[in-house]
Amino acid sequence: MKKLSPKITQKIVFSLLSLATLLAMVPVVLIVLIIIKNGLGAINWEFLTTAPRNGMREGGILPAIVGTFCLVTGAVVFAVPVGVFAAIYLNEYAKKNWLTRLIRLAIINLAGVSSVVYGLFGLGLFVIFLKFGASILAGAMTLAIMNLPVIITATREALANVPQSFREVSLSLGASKWQTIWHVVLPNAIPGILTGIILEISRAAGETAPILFTVAAFYLPGFPTSVFDQVMALPMHLYAISTQIPNIGLDVRYGTALVLLGVVLGVNSVVIIIRARLRRRQKW
Amino acid sequence: MVDKLARIVTEELNVWYGAHQALKSISLKVEANEILGIIGPANSGKSTFLQVLNRLIDLKPQTRVSGRILIDNQEIFGANIDVEALRRKIGMIFALPIPLPMSIFDNIAYGPRRNGIKKKSMLEEIVEESLKAAYLWDEVKDRLSDSGLNLSGGQQQRLCIARTLALKPEVILFDEPCSGLDPVSTGKVEEAMLELKKNYTLVLVTNNTKQASRVADRTAFFLMGELIEINNTQEMFTVPRDKRTEDYISGRFG
Repeated sequence: MKKLSPKITQKIVFSLLSLATLLAMVPVVLIVLIIIKNGLGAINWEFLTTAPRNGMREGGILPAIVGTFCLVTGAVVFAVPVGVFAAIYLNEYAKKNWLTRLIRLAIINLAGVSSVVYGLFGLGLFVIFLKFGASILAGAMTLAIMNLPVIITATREALANVPQSFREVSLSLGASKWQTIWHVVLPNAIPGILTGIILEISRAAGETAPILFTVAAFYLPGFPTSVFDQVMALPMHLYAISTQIPNIGLDVRYGTALVLLGVVLGVNSVVIIIRARLRRRQKW
Repeated sequence: MVDKLARIVTEELNVWYGAHQALKSISLKVEANEILGIIGPANSGKSTFLQVLNRLIDLKPQTRVSGRILIDNQEIFGANIDVEALRRKIGMIFALPIPLPMSIFDNIAYGPRRNGIKKKSMLEEIVEESLKAAYLWDEVKDRLSDSGLNLSGGQQQRLCIARTLALKPEVILFDEPCSGLDPVSTGKVEEAMLELKKNYTLVLVTNNTKQASRVADRTAFFLMGELIEINNTQEMFTVPRDKRTEDYISGRFG
């Protein structure tokens, strides 16, 4: 068989690569288009600003929006400091030996644990053992624990990408190790850390299983007054109206999905803008 | 008047990276207000020698150091040494200029700030003084808030010199400071070094034997981790005592 000329090989490879990219994009585009097409009709002022009525078949979804905001905020507040500090310790201080390699492996594997397992863990630890009850606190902490591996991994990668020469320069100028981390390493790692936070926000807003046993209410038209209250949440609400309520309009379900999509995109875009600003300043 | 006070004394200094011995029993003295040139082919231990002197070697994993290093009669691997203070006293200029990703001003104020100097007027004074001493002030005085990364290679290296001077060091170690610079920039850095000699003690590691002959008062020749010869620069370059030194400086190997 005659060998293909390099030019033809190149063309074939390029077509394969672009085909793969196209295949990856099609489902995403389709999901977004279908949700918008079916859900846009349901979106109006009442839908966004009132509580559900008539067995959740009518009215709005405001309590679920508020609940999701509370849970995402709580998850970020708990997971980011712990995750970032753990990553700093592992990357900057811990000796490289079999124990830290084991810890790293364990953290990566934790990211692969099914989310319902985290839900049950949260139920056992926060709801029952620590007696938080089904509450924002328990739900946010469960989401935070689920997201710790993502934050730790993203932060470690961001720290590892800061050139070693910056650390050497800083130390050679008489800065201590912590001063070097605080003034040189961390500022340059922040864009990468923000990527981890974006992933966390998306997951915390979208997951159903971890909040199922720990916080989410089926129907709770009021607003939370403390972290020990239960709340409704968008993914849980979507699950409930899609499976438990007969004779509910398709547009209400798709409308809820559209709002969930919007909330995730909205919160993420804030972080993405901050990251873009920081990246523009950063170059080496 | 030349003060023949020995600032740095190493006695039987050995350094290992794992099983590889990078420095073998180095005993030498660096005198006050001199430029000591260190020449030798790649992997002869020149840079390692500098890294030991301000203990940047501590960052490298699996290193072992034996022997004694005295700086102003103080053992630098002693138990109660303040490593940060030592590094302020023994400044280091790296082969590649590495400005930190911040403004020119912040680059130079970095060391003093970490040492606790917060007053703006004091920092401004230090920045101006240091930039002037590194012959960079006139070129950057109107754009101190620009990123240090926007400077040319030669300017970046003088920025790094100014940054080290801001620590008010006593000894400055230069690790091949001109390896990435063009001849004009090299000239400016060498000019700065000759001027600095009046107030500081300099150790210059260089791959460029001509540079050592131009600026060093005394020169040491390292080969495979051993100190082959140390002598007045002029003498070494005219009548080297060791055959290997002669071969190296006449370009027959390395």
